[in-house]
Amino acid sequence: MIVSIASGKGGTGKTTVAASLARVWERPLVAVDLDVEAPNLHLFLCPQIEETGPAWIETPIVDESKCTFCSACSDLCQFKAISMMGSLVLTFPEMCHGCGGCIAICPQKALSPGRRQLGEISRGHAGGVQFLMGRLRIGEAMSPPLMRQVKTAMNEIAGAGGLDAVIDSPPGVSCPAVNAVMDSDVIVLVTEPTPFGFHDFRLAWEAFAPFGKPMGVVINRAGIGDRQVYSFCAEKEIPVLAEAPYDRAVAEGYSQGRIIADLSPKYRHIFVSLYAKIFELASARLDKGASHA
Amino acid sequence: MSKIAVTSEGPGLDDLVDPRFGRAAGFVIVDLDTMNTSYIDNGQTQVLAQGAGIQAAQLVAGAGVDCVLSGFVGPKAFQALSAVKIKVVQNLDEGMTVREAVKKFKSGAVQYADGPNRGAGR
Amino acid sequence: MREILVISGKGGTGKTSLTGAFAHLASNKIVCDLDVDAPDLHLLLHPHPTHTQAFFSGHVAQIEEKLCTGCGLCASLCRYGAVGFKADSFSIDPLRCEGCKVCVQFCPAGAIHFPEKHCGEHYISSTRFGPMVHARLFPGEANSGRLVTTLKQQARELAKSRGLGLILSDGSPGIGCPVISSLSGANLAVVVTEPTPSGRHDLERVTSLCFHFQIAVAVIINKFDLNPQAAESIEAFCGARGYPVIARLPHDPVVTRAMVEGLVVTELPETDFSKEVGKTWTKIEEIAASLRKQ
Ligand code: SF4
Ligand code: SF4
Ligand code: SF4
Ligand code: SF4
Repeated sequence: MIVSIASGKGGTGKTTVAASLARVWERPLVAVDLDVEAPNLHLFLCPQIEETGPAWIETPIVDESKCTFCSACSDLCQFKAISMMGSLVLTFPEMCHGCGGCIAICPQKALSPGRRQLGEISRGHAGGVQFLMGRLRIGEAMSPPLMRQVKTAMNEIAGAGGLDAVIDSPPGVSCPAVNAVMDSDVIVLVTEPTPFGFHDFRLAWEAFAPFGKPMGVVINRAGIGDRQVYSFCAEKEIPVLAEAPYDRAVAEGYSQGRIIADLSPKYRHIFVSLYAKIFELASARLDKGASHA
Repeated sequence: MSKIAVTSEGPGLDDLVDPRFGRAAGFVIVDLDTMNTSYIDNGQTQVLAQGAGIQAAQLVAGAGVDCVLSGFVGPKAFQALSAVKIKVVQNLDEGMTVREAVKKFKSGAVQYADGPNRGAGR
Repeated sequence: MREILVISGKGGTGKTSLTGAFAHLASNKIVCDLDVDAPDLHLLLHPHPTHTQAFFSGHVAQIEEKLCTGCGLCASLCRYGAVGFKADSFSIDPLRCEGCKVCVQFCPAGAIHFPEKHCGEHYISSTRFGPMVHARLFPGEANSGRLVTTLKQQARELAKSRGLGLILSDGSPGIGCPVISSLSGANLAVVVTEPTPSGRHDLERVTSLCFHFQIAVAVIINKFDLNPQAAESIEAFCGARGYPVIARLPHDPVVTRAMVEGLVVTELPETDFSKEVGKTWTKIEEIAASLRKQ
């Protein structure tokens, strides 16, 4: 089972929830940081990293001796990453999306695959939990291709060992966030009960609901702000899977890089029960699916 | 040197210089010997999701100019222009007309840039 | 004209609440919400749109079933897994389509269309603090980089035509394309950070981006009292890099209280917190003014 921990915006405690959940997960697990722009899960799980390797994207290299300046590559490229300038073919590797179109279309076979580094992928383990993380190179603007590679690595690890996966997804509802959650089995949205929190939560719910995946909510810092999140969830029948009360001890623990579930047995219990509810949510959906069939 | 391109907000010599290069409204192409002008509209480039600077460089290169006058030229456009040996004059003052920019250029009171003066222009 | 951008390495640092307060304190300005992925500033400023424009960006491939011969070439060429085979026919998942046009180009039957994508809307609005430029992207739409650029251009044009001397922007979080776009052309980046392990980490990443683009940096440590030790380590980092730390703001529930009322914190009756925010804004103005002289 793949569970994405998502939020309409950063700073809701998504990463602490992911880390806490990883801490109490009973079945074999790989914890995955897909928030490649600002990976933080390792700061909480403190994994031992065993292997870090570069991640690449394919970009074209021009062999000028073969090029006839027909401009087919430049006309096809939607990202201006290969461009005819007078009688020169220029490449801008940092703009290339790696679609392979130019290489496929070149009638002279003047283009061959080169590469640009997107970032790094690290593997390791934190206690009994496997750990996987992508980190975007500074100055690199494209996170989806790196995320796709991290997901491929996740599927290999999870597939090989029959592991579950808990994904710390990028915040927001834009392309990377949607990319992260769309292949998971369950989506857990983390929010806080404030007007900002509610607004961002609602956008995320609207963005993810069309996938038809089981979705539930964790309300973090419960007790601050107002009740809008609760009434919205009641109205849309979105189950509230857990509430972590607002507590200065939690805020301080968080700021020291501690996992909420480690702070006290009471907090640990919140996540143990969240773990159970995630399974209930997933199987309720299966039952529903079965009864429809 | 015969032809230059000036980034501009409109088609004529009395229009204002557009400080942007990639997302300029257009380019006034000036023949320095005859002072004849023509205009390249850059509207299509302005709406590109990315690569506006490169597209704009492609357009002015196609017009056969030797030099570009503008306010800010980003790194990719700069790279593209220098690859085909088009010189760049940047940091033109805001509020200048195309005519004034050409005059300044002709008087020699300009410096060719040896690098881009702004970050990513996306 | 000056452009001041409030950013943070990640969300949730209180960046937007502070931007809202600065919008209240600043005079002669345009407010601009560049956090187009998850805009929140409108929840404090309650803008009334006077102009709404559709935002189109990029293209998306669509197979016309009638023309498709089912050869499967598109599926084998697409590197993004966007072409699926379901119920005996090929179709393209718009959320996975990168808009690279490869399938369109190579489809032997000419069965794939490539329309422009309507990604969202952007607005010019009026607020109680003056004009505001902001946008909304439809869920799952990327390309906020160009939308950010569009908003900035609109803000610049508006500032010019109304003779306003300052563009105050709420920037996007993170270090990706939207932040890079929001940084371009800014004079000063005010980075809001928190004394958490990730706060320091994100601060390092976002300031190296500012360095890359040669933009002056000033740092606000928000909720500094949650972890004084981490706050010190942030200060040491800033000291070493020469970034002025212009404020250390405590964790104060008054921020949430203001948010619940749909106000900015400096509009509530004066508190120690709002006084600090006032002083912070004065410092930002001083730094921005000194930059202009250089
Ligand atoms: S691989 Fe695709 S994006 Fe990259 S240069 Fe070629 S056509 Fe452009
Ligand atoms: S398609 Fe090939 S031959 Fe044509 S311009 Fe590009 S590299 Fe040269
Ligand atoms: S390449 Fe064209 S004809 Fe072949 S399956 Fe795809 S859409 Fe159909
Ligand atoms: S346009 Fe590119 S990404 Fe979209 S379906 Fe076609 S090949 Fe795939």
